[in-house]
Amino acid sequence: MPQRSRYLRHAWPVRVMHWTNFAALTILLMSGFQIFNAHPALDWGKSSYAGRPHVLRMSAGRNPDGSLIGTTDLLGREFRTTGWFGASKNANGELSARGFPSWLTIPSMQWLAMARRWHLFFAWIFVINGVLYVAYSVASRHLARDLAPSRQDWRSVGRSILDHVRFRHPTGEAAKRYNILQKVTYLVVIFGLLPFMILMGLAMSPRLDTLLPGWIDWVGGRQSARTLHFIAASLIVVFVLVHVFEVIISGLWNNIRSMITGRYDIENAPVLTAQTPAEAEKPSP
Amino acid sequence: MTANRFSDESVGRTRRHAILRLLAGASALILAGCDQVSRSTWGPKVLKVGESASRAAQRALTSKTALAEEFTEADLSPTFRSNGTANPQSDAYQRLAQTQFRDWTLRVDGLVGSPKEFSLDALRQMRSRTQITRHDCVEGWSAIGKWKGALLSDILAAVEPSAAARYVVFHCADPMDAQGTPYYESIDLEDARHPQTILAYELNDKILPIENGAPIRVRIERQLGYKMAKYIMRIELVEDFKHIRGGNGGYWEDQGYEWYAGI
Repeated sequence: MPQRSRYLRHAWPVRVMHWTNFAALTILLMSGFQIFNAHPALDWGKSSYAGRPHVLRMSAGRNPDGSLIGTTDLLGREFRTTGWFGASKNANGELSARGFPSWLTIPSMQWLAMARRWHLFFAWIFVINGVLYVAYSVASRHLARDLAPSRQDWRSVGRSILDHVRFRHPTGEAAKRYNILQKVTYLVVIFGLLPFMILMGLAMSPRLDTLLPGWIDWVGGRQSARTLHFIAASLIVVFVLVHVFEVIISGLWNNIRSMITGRYDIENAPVLTAQTPAEAEKPSP
Repeated sequence: MTANRFSDESVGRTRRHAILRLLAGASALILAGCDQVSRSTWGPKVLKVGESASRAAQRALTSKTALAEEFTEADLSPTFRSNGTANPQSDAYQRLAQTQFRDWTLRVDGLVGSPKEFSLDALRQMRSRTQITRHDCVEGWSAIGKWKGALLSDILAAVEPSAAARYVVFHCADPMDAQGTPYYESIDLEDARHPQTILAYELNDKILPIENGAPIRVRIERQLGYKMAKYIMRIELVEDFKHIRGGNGGYWEDQGYEWYAGI
């Protein structure tokens, strides 16, 4: 029988901020979809009339019999997405023209003003939480101790990639540390993707455009910033999907418990020398 | 053994299905909860704190007189999109339009030392500003146009605002619903006196067309499109806009949109 021991994996501030972040990002994503629905297209350039084709567009057309068809244009390719994007069922069960379906938006009905209130309120929660997290991580050395890759970590990149594609996860003492792919991913998301998404959101603000003349043209203009804001959000969704997948295959309840109570079980490596069953029952030092 | 494993698998599958159902049920509940908060009286008020925070932060971060980005002729949108009202359905407006607004006058009154009326010709003879700017609609699209008009700051100086005046209210000609509720908007004196805040009578070197707000529309380049009222008939200076219509300072504000539309 492998021996188990439990240790404190996540300090309480990290746990609180993790779930605050999760709630805020979920609301931001879903109210963001509702805001997108008011103009269900993404453009590239300084305005929507820069003469370039849409990057993405969701629209509704009609069949000869009058029923709605949902269409999604992505980079010039057209997809039928009836029921999902372009046209989907409303609260009364009837197909209606809308970008994202009602079960993915906050509020569920078409209501831009209310979606903006949710979005621009939880944007503050998200930013304040993020700033507190970074401050805490620096002050408590969470960043230096748990997230910053060591030289040894960098040498293990190849092995870590192999482990990941084989869905193998470290056990015992090694499970206490984040692996190199995990560290790099967290750092890229925390210090790259999330700040970039915030910046592209702020780039859509006509008042903040005055901060530095023409700064939003660095990314191609205001409509490009809107598109990049959407792409950054999509990449965060991809990150969350991979994150949840890894959580599930590396021990769902153990991982979830460690992010709620902080406690994480590890199986201590079996001792290789011959031993009596009685000895094996003893907790390892 | 095979039978045993099979039943283990089916137990696993049932458990997975139960978890998925639980997740779907929980998210439906949360969504319904969000809808209830949206419809409650307290929910929108709490969420509105975000607007106040954004306004305070944006004003702290940017200077009062910082200019919105200006563009070149090459960036002009081929046609400037008309959004909202394209032709006000009121007899009074239609009569004015028939004579190219020769009989239109802009009344500026309220908390001012000397209320005045300006004809379109009078506005055209004042000092003007021409600017190529981007119009950001709250819906998410934007368009670039070239605007020429009289400076609102010059008009305000001419009517001598009293010390109590804090907001500038634009009363418009376009009825927005079956009851004839007219469009209106309001900004504070800081935005009203901003160098790019003009009463535009030209768009892309032509007389401002009806679909874009003839005879004049205001340009407030550091806020969203709905602030830039079209078909302006009267400008009123007030201390507070609580007593005007819905009390939120504008037609769309009365429908729940932010008064401060800098984001």
